[in-house]
Amino acid sequence: MQGCNHQTVDLTLLEDTLAQYADVRGSLITILQKTQEIYGYIPIDAVYHIAERTGNTPAKILGVATFYSQFRFQAIGKYLIMLCKGTACYVNGADRIADAVMEELGIGNNETTEDGLFTLSLVSCLGCCSLAPVMMINDKTYGSLTPDKVRKILRDLRKEAQA
Amino acid sequence: MSEKTRIVVGEGSCGLAAGAAAVYSALEEKLQPDDPAVLSITGCIGICYLEPLVDVYAPDGTLYRCVRVTAEQTDTILAAVRSGDFSLLQPLVIQPEDAAFLSQQTRIALRHCGLINPESIDDYLAGDGYQALEKVLKTMTPEGVIEEIRISGLAGRGGAGFPTWFKWNAARESEGTEKYLICNADEGDPGAFMDRAVIESDPHNLIEGMLIAAYAIGAQEAVVYVRAEYPLAIVRLTAAIEQARERGYLGKNILGSDFSCNIRIKAGAGAFVCGEETALIESLEGNRGMPRLKPPFPAAAGYWLKPSNINNVETFANVSWIINNGGEAFAAMGTENSKGTKVFAVTGKVKRGGLVEIPMGKTLRDVIFGIAGGVRDGKRFKAVQLGGPSGGCIPESLLDTVIDYKSLGATGAIMGSGGMVVMDESTCMVGIAKFFLDFTTKESCGKCVPCRIGTKRLGEILTRIVNGEGQEGDVELLEELCNGVKSASLCGLGQSAPNPVLTTIRYFRDEYDAHIREHKCPAKECVALLTYSIDKDKCTGCSLCSRRCPVSAIHGEVKKPFEIDPTSCIRCGTCLNACRFGAVCVE
Repeated sequence: MQGCNHQTVDLTLLEDTLAQYADVRGSLITILQKTQEIYGYIPIDAVYHIAERTGNTPAKILGVATFYSQFRFQAIGKYLIMLCKGTACYVNGADRIADAVMEELGIGNNETTEDGLFTLSLVSCLGCCSLAPVMMINDKTYGSLTPDKVRKILRDLRKEAQA
Repeated sequence: MSEKTRIVVGEGSCGLAAGAAAVYSALEEKLQPDDPAVLSITGCIGICYLEPLVDVYAPDGTLYRCVRVTAEQTDTILAAVRSGDFSLLQPLVIQPEDAAFLSQQTRIALRHCGLINPESIDDYLAGDGYQALEKVLKTMTPEGVIEEIRISGLAGRGGAGFPTWFKWNAARESEGTEKYLICNADEGDPGAFMDRAVIESDPHNLIEGMLIAAYAIGAQEAVVYVRAEYPLAIVRLTAAIEQARERGYLGKNILGSDFSCNIRIKAGAGAFVCGEETALIESLEGNRGMPRLKPPFPAAAGYWLKPSNINNVETFANVSWIINNGGEAFAAMGTENSKGTKVFAVTGKVKRGGLVEIPMGKTLRDVIFGIAGGVRDGKRFKAVQLGGPSGGCIPESLLDTVIDYKSLGATGAIMGSGGMVVMDESTCMVGIAKFFLDFTTKESCGKCVPCRIGTKRLGEILTRIVNGEGQEGDVELLEELCNGVKSASLCGLGQSAPNPVLTTIRYFRDEYDAHIREHKCPAKECVALLTYSIDKDKCTGCSLCSRRCPVSAIHGEVKKPFEIDPTSCIRCGTCLNACRFGAVCVE
């Protein structure tokens, strides 16, 4: 995995987390969650570093990290769009919303726009079913979406970022 | 009775998503120190479709429940508070038919939700908070607690409906002194948010229920496994654990007894299969969340291979009520085989969506039409999906089915954790089966072949049917494959994954046949099977559709009827939305 898109990261940022959890059994997922909090994703260098410090193989760590949908392996854009594909959203037309986002931004699921502004992540349920269809952008929830409404939200955010 | 008005903003996740935080800050900013009002928050009131909600308790105790409140409307609330003329609130106050949404419910697990401040242990103690724990520690033996739960008939609310006392007893009787209690708060069913509401709105009730269970089975350590997607629940539960510890309800020698117990939180990382108890244990141990072979059951060898007991949030939320009111009072509600109440998250195409807690024994019709007001937008009810990806779709003819484990099981669906998604005539039943199969295929952990490959193959057959490429015999093939996946999969995920397919075939076979034989989607949802055309009598020749069409498939002369070229049409529906005269037809 080293090679293309390889970014060097400051591994000393992991020190506090490793000091606290490296020797506590059953903590691997917690360590990975903290790692993602620090870097915004799981850098491959961090995987090797965690492996060394916890006595696990890199394969074991990547095995766990890739199993859970929370973990990302690529840096994300300024705006992380979490678009709900839960049942209530599906019944209320989430597919059309997803199509509108992909068309507007020209990216697919788990991809980031070239300008580094938007990352799209389709998620299984945000739990605000009464506002379906729903998406969250960073910490803000947008409900009762229509394709037009979504396009406007994205254009406004792009303007805001460029201002 | 206080002289001040209490203004309480509903700040559950739904409320916040609808804008409750802006309402709260507006009130906070505008309230002056000498205003005769106090401002606080509560959790989820449960009337999700009217969020943001603001409850105004006048000094005489009267409740004015204001709905869909905007930040601007807080001026009205302040005017009422300052003048003492609460009739000013009338335009904001909930309508009687909406108020009936709550008054028709019987709340036990949710009894404090929307009433107390979830961030304050004093609010919880002001009611019956921690009295059940005190009663248990001072007057009951662990066996006595298990007996009371047995009398209550409480069964696992996570979906399986296994008798709670039996699991507790098995863990108690397992040998060893190191035992664990685990709370499953990995509410993964899309369309379900009951457990989140309990944690966000009444975290101490969960803690109290867990402590009573820990005492009963003899555990000194308890863990709550919460979905990482529930950040607010994690924040409130963390704060509640800290408060409980400060007041001596958690930790060493609780309330002066010999019983010591700690509770910690572990955030899940997003895997539906971790709702299965042995997969959850694997995840707690820091591994890939893959289920273990059973036996041994967790009661014998669970977390770190020690005796462990796992229950879900709603199950624990009933425990303190049962101890306070007696098992018999709980068993007095419900039916022969299912006791007490059940919480449902009613969503989809209903008029009134939200959290509904009712005694077992009510019918689906009572909930969907009585409480939730039936289908919105004047459309026809088609089906209700119960139990998420493990459940099934129930048609209109079975709406009088009684809500209990046995009756719902007989329909081919399950009680499940409580997701209830209502669908109208515009939802394709083959499409919904495919939707759930896509989900289970993605979430299958891959450990056993029937689930890993079986769900994939089921999904492929469903995909070709919705694409109009279904073949004669596909339905029979689906049924055969479903039965294989059901009987041969290792855990509940695979064993129940075929349920949405089997129930839609059982009750909506005609829709499958229409897709396969006539290449038609009766719900007009499967894009590949639609044909767009223009009604010559209605078309005014305004050319709007033609100008909007992204592939230039619509031709004609202005002021004369236009035509759609079916070979270049991509069936995107843009013309349908653009036409102001209803001239675009879809078949």
